[in-house]
Amino acid sequence: MSTRAQALAGVTVAEFGAYAAGPHVGKLLANFGARVVHVESRRRPDGFRLEYPPFTDGVPGVDRGGCFAHFNDSKYGATLDLHSEAGRELARRLVAWADIVIENMRPGVMRRLGLGYEAAQALNPGVVMLSSCNMGQTGPRANTPGFGSQLSSLAGFCGLTGTPEGPPMLLYGPYIDFIASTMGAAAVLAGLDQRRRTGRGAWIDLSQYEAGLHFIAGALLDYHANGTVAARKGNRDDEAAPHEVYRCDGGRWLALSCWSDAEFGRLARVIGRQELATDPRFATAAQRRAHRGELDAAIAAWCAARDAERAAILLQEARVHAHPVNTVSDLFRDPQLAHRHVWRRRHHGVMGERAYCFPAFDLADAPGDIASAAPLLGAHNETVFREFLGLSVADYAAYEARGAFQ
Amino acid sequence: MLAGLRVLDCSDRLGWLAGRMLADLGAEVVKVEPPEAGLGAAEWRAYNANKRLLRLDPRRLRERAALAELLAHADILIETAVPGSPLAGLLRPEVLRARNSRLIQVSIRPFGEDGPRAHWRASDLELMAAGGALSLAGEPDGAPTRVSAPQACLWAGAQGAVGALVALAHRAATGAGQRVTVSAQAAVLTALAHAPTFYDILGEVPTRCGEFITGRTLTGARMRAFWPCRDGYINFVLYGGVAGRRSNRQLAEWMREAGVPLGAVAGIDWSTFDPKPLTQAEVDALEQPILRFFAGLTKREFLEGAAAREMLGYPVSTVEDIAADPQLEARGFWDDLRSTARAHHCGSFAIVDRVRAPLRYAPGEPVDLETLLAEFRGAHARAPVAATAL
Repeated sequence: MSTRAQALAGVTVAEFGAYAAGPHVGKLLANFGARVVHVESRRRPDGFRLEYPPFTDGVPGVDRGGCFAHFNDSKYGATLDLHSEAGRELARRLVAWADIVIENMRPGVMRRLGLGYEAAQALNPGVVMLSSCNMGQTGPRANTPGFGSQLSSLAGFCGLTGTPEGPPMLLYGPYIDFIASTMGAAAVLAGLDQRRRTGRGAWIDLSQYEAGLHFIAGALLDYHANGTVAARKGNRDDEAAPHEVYRCDGGRWLALSCWSDAEFGRLARVIGRQELATDPRFATAAQRRAHRGELDAAIAAWCAARDAERAAILLQEARVHAHPVNTVSDLFRDPQLAHRHVWRRRHHGVMGERAYCFPAFDLADAPGDIASAAPLLGAHNETVFREFLGLSVADYAAYEARGAFQ
Repeated sequence: MLAGLRVLDCSDRLGWLAGRMLADLGAEVVKVEPPEAGLGAAEWRAYNANKRLLRLDPRRLRERAALAELLAHADILIETAVPGSPLAGLLRPEVLRARNSRLIQVSIRPFGEDGPRAHWRASDLELMAAGGALSLAGEPDGAPTRVSAPQACLWAGAQGAVGALVALAHRAATGAGQRVTVSAQAAVLTALAHAPTFYDILGEVPTRCGEFITGRTLTGARMRAFWPCRDGYINFVLYGGVAGRRSNRQLAEWMREAGVPLGAVAGIDWSTFDPKPLTQAEVDALEQPILRFFAGLTKREFLEGAAAREMLGYPVSTVEDIAADPQLEARGFWDDLRSTARAHHCGSFAIVDRVRAPLRYAPGEPVDLETLLAEFRGAHARAPVAATAL
């Protein structure tokens, strides 16, 4: 763990979020030193704790789930019963304390709890609040519930995945939620910068749908400007050829592509088929696309005879775009990810030593870290409310008696 | 929110979204491109809207000097320089740092700045492969399949924007800029949700499941996610949990109202429904009558019906469906760049204080070197202020 002061040291975050879109924002901030309090309740813990596998030893339990753990490392865990006045009082104190408030509840829920932006601003004039939800805070479908995995279909991703003749394909999990959370993290940091310079915070209304659409902005503009309706095309590309995945010896797949005639020439040499480089059927990218079947067969035969790793190394030595198709298990053995210390193991009170995932960026002079494993349910109530918020022993006990921490 | 922040975006597609996000958040972003770069493609235009364009030839001495001077006054540099390229020589961190200690240099690379494979060539296909995402889509007995629109560069760009702003916070406390390095391969990991935990905790390898979801039951049963409908497909899943149970009950009601046979759906107590213990046979029996019902609906009928009933589930949209979505229209999502022609860009990605900031520049809106130098040499919009405790 780094002993240098981290970039977001001193930044405080209250996270009234559950599942993916809210908590991933808090995790990114926590990984760079922010003090992030994840608020849930004992009566209704964060849905990611219990609703999805995997669980340690396959046995469900609030502190045994990988899904929750993956997005909540480095945070403090608090429980508040927001349906009790006592819980709401403490929630308001937390909002007054926080530089940043994150919530991904349905529109209006925070307001009904007395924790909407207007109320938050009254408690904390410079607060930066991120409200992230399916459709955004306004509009005819603002109150439609939605899960990110399905929103990925509404936002065009699934329709763009698969073969032209086949059905759409699923992306794993709530793909679009992580687009929204990454963009949401940028937005709250911008709000923090504004607050630092002007004293004014901000209310950020982020629609996960709209954020996600930015990842197909090119296709959307192509439709608006040219009437082109983008369609799924397997692994093909409009420019590069070849551009495909091939099964290798041992069952792993290899992804490879050629972006110039010269590169194709180098590929031909590597696979021992020099003559392909001067074959008129493959002379240009357009020709290679037109004769895709014959070309893919030649490459597939070469791939089938060697393992994906070796194939990729040989191709890269010849300056050809190639990489094994990493399975989830391969990721834990990938030498580049290891070099960047992407997987960092931390001890979790119930789950034991588990791997957590470090973000894709790092700072040279103020590196981030996985500060700790994900919190057990309500593990830090005393730390948060006594140490951070300054409640006396007596006041804490009184809140406890009133059911605030349920 | 980032008013006055000066960003030089010297990136290829790995960095475009980073610059665009900072622009959407209020920064003044200039896209730097060599004279020969073709900038007409929809993808370039989409991600480089909201930025001015500076054509600059890094092989020419005078323009190299001008870029160096711009960098001496910039707050953030986004770059994806390939080692050995004309631009790379100009963007060496130690040189930039010496001339501008406040500069935040965001270096986005396919695999990161160094390491055994840092020099490997990768386009979107290889990066989605390297990051694990490719293995997770496609038919289970078929080939790993990518989204037919580049994604890895966008994951990278988004992480780059976050990294830039984390460094900005650090600069506020210390007065100093620094280098931020981004790996596009690592950025793709964000797209995997919690899939890695299956391997870490149970030694199981999540893999592609085609039109079905796995990982929701303890028996390993798969559940249908895509259902053919009259004009395409619908995405619906029999979820558990509070929201899922309510949704499933609404669907059963809808089917009753429509007078279609409910089959096994009729016998379920939705208030206690939990998919975790279901066997494949039980899942299949529930899904049969739903398959028949959905086959008779259009995408639009499902979208409106599900919204009216506050049900989970969405149609599988094409860009045409998205362009016609009244929700986006109501939110002012499309930005026509103050033009009468329907430019219809994706607008600023967030609404801040109830306003979606209009895009300030059309893609390719030019700025010349002299004007920019004068701007940058002018009074610092962001002179260092005393560090305040946050």
